[in-house]
Amino acid sequence: MRHIISILIENESGALSRVAGLFSARGYNIESLTVAPTEDPTLSRMTLVTRGDEAIIEQITKQLNKLVEVVKLLDLSDGPHIEREMMMIKLKADNGRRDEIARLVDIFRGKVVDVTDSTFVVELTGKSAKLDAFIKAAHEDSVVEVVRSGPLGIARGSKGLKL
Amino acid sequence: MELSGAEIVIQCLKEEGVEYVFGYPGGAVLHIYDALFKQNDVKHILARHEQGATHAADGFARSSGKPGVALVTSGPGATNAVTGIATAYMDSIPMVVLTGQVPSPFIGSDAFQEVDTVGITRPCVKHNFLIKDVRDIASTFRKAFYLATSGRPGPVVIDIPKDVTDPNVKIPFSYPKKMKMRSYNPVTRGHLGQIKKAVDLMLAAEKPVFYTGGGVILDNADKELVELVRSLGFPITSTLMGLGAYPGTDKQFLGMLGMHGTYEANMAMHETDTLIAVGARFDDRVTGQIAQFCPNATIIHIDIDPSSISKNVRVDVPIVGPVRSVLEDMLQVLKESKKSPQSAAVSKWWKQIEEWRGKRCLRYDQNSGIIKPQFAVETLYRVTRGDAFVASDVGQHQMFAAQFYQFDKPRRWINSGGLGTMGFGLPAGIGIQLAHPDAEVAVITGEASIQMCIQELATCKQYDLPLKIMLLNNGYMGMVRQWQEFFYDGRYSHSYVDSLPDFVTLAESYGHVGMKIEKPDDLEGAMKEAFAMKDRLVFMDVIVDPTENVYPMIEAGKGHHEMYMSPGSELV
Repeated sequence: MRHIISILIENESGALSRVAGLFSARGYNIESLTVAPTEDPTLSRMTLVTRGDEAIIEQITKQLNKLVEVVKLLDLSDGPHIEREMMMIKLKADNGRRDEIARLVDIFRGKVVDVTDSTFVVELTGKSAKLDAFIKAAHEDSVVEVVRSGPLGIARGSKGLKL
Repeated sequence: MELSGAEIVIQCLKEEGVEYVFGYPGGAVLHIYDALFKQNDVKHILARHEQGATHAADGFARSSGKPGVALVTSGPGATNAVTGIATAYMDSIPMVVLTGQVPSPFIGSDAFQEVDTVGITRPCVKHNFLIKDVRDIASTFRKAFYLATSGRPGPVVIDIPKDVTDPNVKIPFSYPKKMKMRSYNPVTRGHLGQIKKAVDLMLAAEKPVFYTGGGVILDNADKELVELVRSLGFPITSTLMGLGAYPGTDKQFLGMLGMHGTYEANMAMHETDTLIAVGARFDDRVTGQIAQFCPNATIIHIDIDPSSISKNVRVDVPIVGPVRSVLEDMLQVLKESKKSPQSAAVSKWWKQIEEWRGKRCLRYDQNSGIIKPQFAVETLYRVTRGDAFVASDVGQHQMFAAQFYQFDKPRRWINSGGLGTMGFGLPAGIGIQLAHPDAEVAVITGEASIQMCIQELATCKQYDLPLKIMLLNNGYMGMVRQWQEFFYDGRYSHSYVDSLPDFVTLAESYGHVGMKIEKPDDLEGAMKEAFAMKDRLVFMDVIVDPTENVYPMIEAGKGHHEMYMSPGSELV
C-alpha cells in the first residue's frame, strides 16, 4: 500500500540524511521525498511517499519517530487528505504544434511560463496521476525535459500538524 | 568564569560526574588533552587502541549503570572507535564518545586525518553532534548525556573540530541545569489500561512464562521483576543480555533461551499460552523461525522503545514504558486484584517443565582426561563463589559462560550480545575493574578473541588492574568450527588458529603472571592460586577439548522445539 507521511523535523544540518539513511539501512523504499523550512525557520516539513504492508508502515513510522530530530509525524493516508504535486515540463513547440499544446495546457489548467521559438515550459499542479496523464497526452517525442516536486500533502479538516 | 573550548569540555565532564575517560590522544584532540593534563578530577585511562577505549568505557557503563566516556582523535581514531560504538548501540549501552575533528575551515577538504565521523557513525549511534561553535559545547554535552542515559539508552557521539577547542578563545561558561528537547520525550509511565489487561491475562494463564532481557538490567528493575515472578510462581527464562536480573540459581529460573538455550526454556516457549516479554527485543537468536515462535501464546510485551514492539513478532498486549515503573504498576494492580493465578493449571505446567528439566540438557562428559570448557567455567564459578564480574568475548566460550556461570545479580555478566564483537572481553574488563576496584573480575575468552584486543594487557599493567583472564584455548575459532562441523561436512575452512603465541610468556612480557593449565585435576588449585594474587593480573591459558560443541543448539531458521542435544543426552 502507498502511504504519504508528513514529518515535522528540526531544521538542522544532517536531519535529512538521518531520514534517508534510516530508509536505506532498514531496506524501506522512498518513492519521493520533499523538504523545505516551515513558517517557523527552526522546523522543516517533509512529505515522504513510501510503500509497504501494514507491519512495514508501522515500523517506518516508529523508526522515524525514534529519530531524535523528528518532532512530529502524521501518516496522511490514515484519513482524508489533499495531495498536490508540481511539475515543470519543457515541450517541443514548433509552428505546427503551438496551438495544440496551448489547448492541452488549458484543459489541464496549467500555465505556459516560458516560450522560445521552438519550446514551451509548462507549469502544472495536481495529483500525481494528473501529471502522468499530461505527459502521456503531450506525446513522448515532444517532451524535452520533466521536473517534478514529488507530492506534498495536508490533512483535510481543522486539525493541523503543528507543534 | 571564562574558559576555552578545551576547558569547557573538561568542565562539562565534571558537571556530569564523569570519573574516568577512556581514550587515546592525537592531533585533533591535543587541546583537550592539554586541558586534561592541567586538572585531576577527571581521570584519563590510556588504552592501546581506540576500540579498546570504547569497549572499556562500555564495560564501565554496563557494570556500573553510569554512562561510559571515551575520547579519541579524528580520522583513524574515530574509525577505530566505530566497532566499540556499534557494540554499545546494539546492546543499548549509555555512552558518550568524544571524537576530535579537523579544524572547521578544513572540513570537507580531505584534510589529514579527516573522516566524516558524523556520517560514518550515524547508523550506529542513538544520536550524534558536530559542534561548530565554542558557545555550543556546554548545551551539546548536556543533551548528549541526557540522550545517552534516558529512554532506551545508547551511545552518543560528539564530534569536535580542533578550532572549537582553541585555548586562546575564552568565553563565559555555564552548564544548563534542566534539559528539555521538544523533539525527544521518552515515555515515563506505561499505559495503565494495558497493564491491567496484561495482569488479567497473566491471572488467567495456564502455561505462562516470563521471557526477560537486557532492558530489565538497563532500567535496574531486577527487584521488581523478582517480586513479580515470585508472587505469581511462574517460570522465567532470560536472554543472553538479561542474565542476572533474576537469580540464576533460583528454582523458577529455566536458564537461558534461544539458539543455545536450555531444553526446558525453549520447550516452555514453544508450549506456553501466555508469554510475558520484559525488556527483550525478540532477536533472531532468541526466536528462531518466526512462524514457529510461541505458536500457542498470547504475547505481552513491555519495552521502553515503541519500535521494538511488533518489529519481529506481532504482540497482543504492547506496553510502552520504562520496565521498572511498569513492573511496579503491575505489582500494584496485582495487589488490588482479588484474583489469584490458576494454581492447579500452573502446577501441572510446572510438572511438565520438571520433566523437560529432567533431561539435563547441559550434561557433558565429567570423566574426560582433557579439560572440558564447561568444567572450566563451573570451576571458575566455584572458586569465585558465583559472585565475580564476568566479562566475555564472543564464541563458544561465551555460550559456555552463559550456560554454566549462574549469575544471581544484575550487571555481573558483561558481554557483546547484539553485535557479537570478538575482542570485547579484555577491554571491557578494564572498565569493570575501574568501576569496581575491589571486586573479582574474570575475563572468559578464547585464543581467537583475545588476540583481537590483546594490546590492552599493557593498559592493565599501567593502571594495576588485577583481572583474571581465563583463556579457553581449543586452538580453533570454536563456534566457526562447530558450524563447519554441523553444516559444512567438517570442512574446517580457516577456523584453525595456527601459530599461536605462547600466552604464558606473552602475559609475562607485559609484566603479568602467566599460567598454563592442561589437566582437569590441576584446574581448581591453579585458579585458587590465581585469585589469591589480589593485586596481579593472572593470565590462565587453559587447554581445553578442541572437539567440544555447544549444546543444545537450534539451527538458524528452526523452531524452539527442534533442538540438537548433546551426544549422549536423551535425543528428542
